[in-house]
Amino acid sequence: MWTEIGWPLVVVAGVLFVVLNLAAVLIWMERRLLALWQDRYGPNRVGIFGVLQPVADMVKIFFKEDWVPPFADKVTFVMAPAIIVVTVLLSFVVVPFAPGVIVTDINIGILFFLAMSSLGVYSLALAGWASNNKYSLIGGMRTTAQMLAYEVFMGLSMMGVVIQAGSFSLTEIVEAQRGLWYCIPQCVGLVVFFVAGLAETHRIPFDLPEAEGELVAGFHSEYSGMKFGMFFVGEYLGITLISSLTVAMFFGGWLGPWLPPVLWFAIKTLIVLCLFILIRASLPRFRYDQLIEIGWKYMLPLSLVNLLVTGGVVLLMR
Amino acid sequence: MAESTNIVQDLSERFGGAILGAQATADGIPTVWVEAGQAPQVLGYLKKDVRQPYKMLWDLTAIDERTRVHRSGQPASDFTVVYHLISFDRNSDVRVKVPLKGEYPSVPSVTKLWQNANWYEREAYDMFGLKFEGHPHLVRLLMPPTWEGHPLRKEHPARATEMAPFTLPDDKQDREQEALRFVPEEWGMKRHSEDADYMFLNLGPHHPGTHGIIRIILQLDGEEIVDSVLDIGYHHRGAEKMGERQSWHSYIPYTDRIDYLAGVLNNLAYVQSVEAMAGIQVPDRAKVIRVMMSELFRVISHCVWYGTFVQDLGAMSPLLYLFNDREKAFGIIEAVCGGRMHPSWFRIGGVAHDLPNGWQKLIKDFVEYMPSRLDGYEKAMLKNQIIKKRTVGVGAYTLEEALEWGITGPGLRAAGLQWDARKQRPYSGYENFEFDVPVFQNGDSYDRARVRAEEIRQSLRIIEQCLKNMPEGPYKSDHPLTTPPIKEKTLKDIDTLINHFLGVSWGPVIPAGEACCPIEGAKGYYGYYCVSDGGTMSYRTRIRTGSFAHLQMLPYITRGHLVADMLAVVASLDFVLADLDR
Repeated sequence: MWTEIGWPLVVVAGVLFVVLNLAAVLIWMERRLLALWQDRYGPNRVGIFGVLQPVADMVKIFFKEDWVPPFADKVTFVMAPAIIVVTVLLSFVVVPFAPGVIVTDINIGILFFLAMSSLGVYSLALAGWASNNKYSLIGGMRTTAQMLAYEVFMGLSMMGVVIQAGSFSLTEIVEAQRGLWYCIPQCVGLVVFFVAGLAETHRIPFDLPEAEGELVAGFHSEYSGMKFGMFFVGEYLGITLISSLTVAMFFGGWLGPWLPPVLWFAIKTLIVLCLFILIRASLPRFRYDQLIEIGWKYMLPLSLVNLLVTGGVVLLMR
Repeated sequence: MAESTNIVQDLSERFGGAILGAQATADGIPTVWVEAGQAPQVLGYLKKDVRQPYKMLWDLTAIDERTRVHRSGQPASDFTVVYHLISFDRNSDVRVKVPLKGEYPSVPSVTKLWQNANWYEREAYDMFGLKFEGHPHLVRLLMPPTWEGHPLRKEHPARATEMAPFTLPDDKQDREQEALRFVPEEWGMKRHSEDADYMFLNLGPHHPGTHGIIRIILQLDGEEIVDSVLDIGYHHRGAEKMGERQSWHSYIPYTDRIDYLAGVLNNLAYVQSVEAMAGIQVPDRAKVIRVMMSELFRVISHCVWYGTFVQDLGAMSPLLYLFNDREKAFGIIEAVCGGRMHPSWFRIGGVAHDLPNGWQKLIKDFVEYMPSRLDGYEKAMLKNQIIKKRTVGVGAYTLEEALEWGITGPGLRAAGLQWDARKQRPYSGYENFEFDVPVFQNGDSYDRARVRAEEIRQSLRIIEQCLKNMPEGPYKSDHPLTTPPIKEKTLKDIDTLINHFLGVSWGPVIPAGEACCPIEGAKGYYGYYCVSDGGTMSYRTRIRTGSFAHLQMLPYITRGHLVADMLAVVASLDFVLADLDR
């Protein structure tokens, strides 16, 4: 009885708690790591090594005036930041943190994630539209085009893994990697997925929707206070999601010797997260048309070839 | 110089009565007075028909002559329009002056001859109220559209205390704001094309990508730039007008704030012009010190450019590395000058102090430290594929276009002309140094970047030579107009004491004359055209900066590009807004 109702509740509460806090810690971690790579200190005043900086930020952001510009479309403007947080949090439903530590192990886990990430685009597009600001509008337009281009091959890049594992369920995919992590047979898929993940979370070098040097802050120029905070948290949740999916699909998820499975998962995810931050510290940004070009001209054919080869090899091995 | 005296003769023979005479100036640039009606023909001849033509309109400005006393031998005029042309073929300049009579006189526009005359004529209209007949859109450039009067006219107040107290009631504020509204039709722009509505986007005045307050109004078709208009003047502080109210000596700190990233380079351009009029020979040690500090500031200025350039392309880390390096250079500047960004350290006749004990070690450490850093930046930035993709072929101009638009400095060398004032017209002893002038051919954003990156290395070479060959001797000239004179002497002989007393209480009295001795600034060929009427203050100070010329070209080279390219081009032009608006 307890395990039937109690355990899922514990998992849900635990996942929510960990994931939301991780997003906060990530903000601090990113700022400290960037500082480390940029020869400066970063936030180091609040708490030991500045770890309480996100708390201070949150307090500040909660007390800010909750302002909606008079020229904005109110309902959509308020709704937009909620969408991104909700869709990303929902995607965590299918992430297997350890054997049994998963909110619901649906057998179409990957499809569910793809559906949710597609819905997430609405957040940015609507925010850009509802702000009634030219910069935001351009940001929103860029998002839409970028997502259209990148959703396609993101899905295809994951199909190689699905073929090899023979399942859409992430738990089964992890289990299937007992012999060999998919980062080796599916290295092309990994690269394509990671690039798509960068674009999905609109991080440098694909941060065109917000490109602060060009569009001021793009789709969220008009946002302030907690509504801005939602976009911010949404972005970090997105990075965490992509990192944990990368780990689950390509780096054997919770698999690993000695340590408890959850810890393995956490360590691997953290390493991928640092990679995200390192990329941000080192690369400039593409131009809009170049980004679309890379998507359709290089990444899509690459993922298709990968799919064909994987399919062929799997058929031959049978 | 034989070539240059010929040009005066040549003009007199060809145009006869239109040539009103020649004028001797302290800088040795041949100066010809031309009758207003004939000016476009004479200038056209100089630009196109003469052998080794004067292709570049380097500067166009005016002088309010109505209260000037010492101008014997010059044709009578109330206002004089001055055209400064450069011929790179003969490596010499010519100054054409046009006398005008009347309160608000007019003169034919030369915008048909030179595209870049557009802004210069608008500026002259704005500052003096001169009309340029045939100018396509003669409106104010630097001052707000609602401004009353023309600031550089002598009757216009120079200080706020001479004007009524400033108030801003609501109705005035509304009027001012309304005046800032952009009306595309005024600029000959359409709001719709056959199949699209254009979006007009205000990039600025406050925008993270513009490095300061400037407004670029973009006419967009989607994200493609159809055309753009620049609205400048937000940084205008009346630096030229201030020159007429400051003593020759006390104006030096104002110059620091023109190209505020290049510190003493500004001082050098200014004091050189003043020294030419005063006839001061600067001692060798002072010259080498000046070169060393100037090159250090060139490195500093280029460091800021390097960092912001890649930051505008989206990379965030390099800026911080380069600011660290710049900080190291500032450490030296601080040890030598006391100040950092604006040390105001050069003086008429020399520099403010001798070098401090132990300066050699600071310089030595720096020139040893920098090259490996530069290698790293080159690998991480200039060789980065994304940066190449973003900048190669973006915002390109040909050499012909560069000359047409008055592009000088690194921008000109990026378009394939190996012309560096330090090599071609050595000043302050640059002829004694060994360095290369980097040249690239494409004139695009990427080549402009490569030129500057390479220039940092060359500057370091020069600094190293200064370290090895620093001459002994005085750091100031013992000319009576040196300000302030060498202190040890003032305590011993009465002549120096009197000069010291006058120089400090009144300010030095610079003999009547005119001079413009430009330098190779960090952002282009950069000069102060000073006119002295034999007083303690300048009669007219004209500041010709690179940023002004380079930014004027921005709409021309960004047409058909995307918004993101606009930022890449802006970053590669390397301008400073204080340098633009003065």
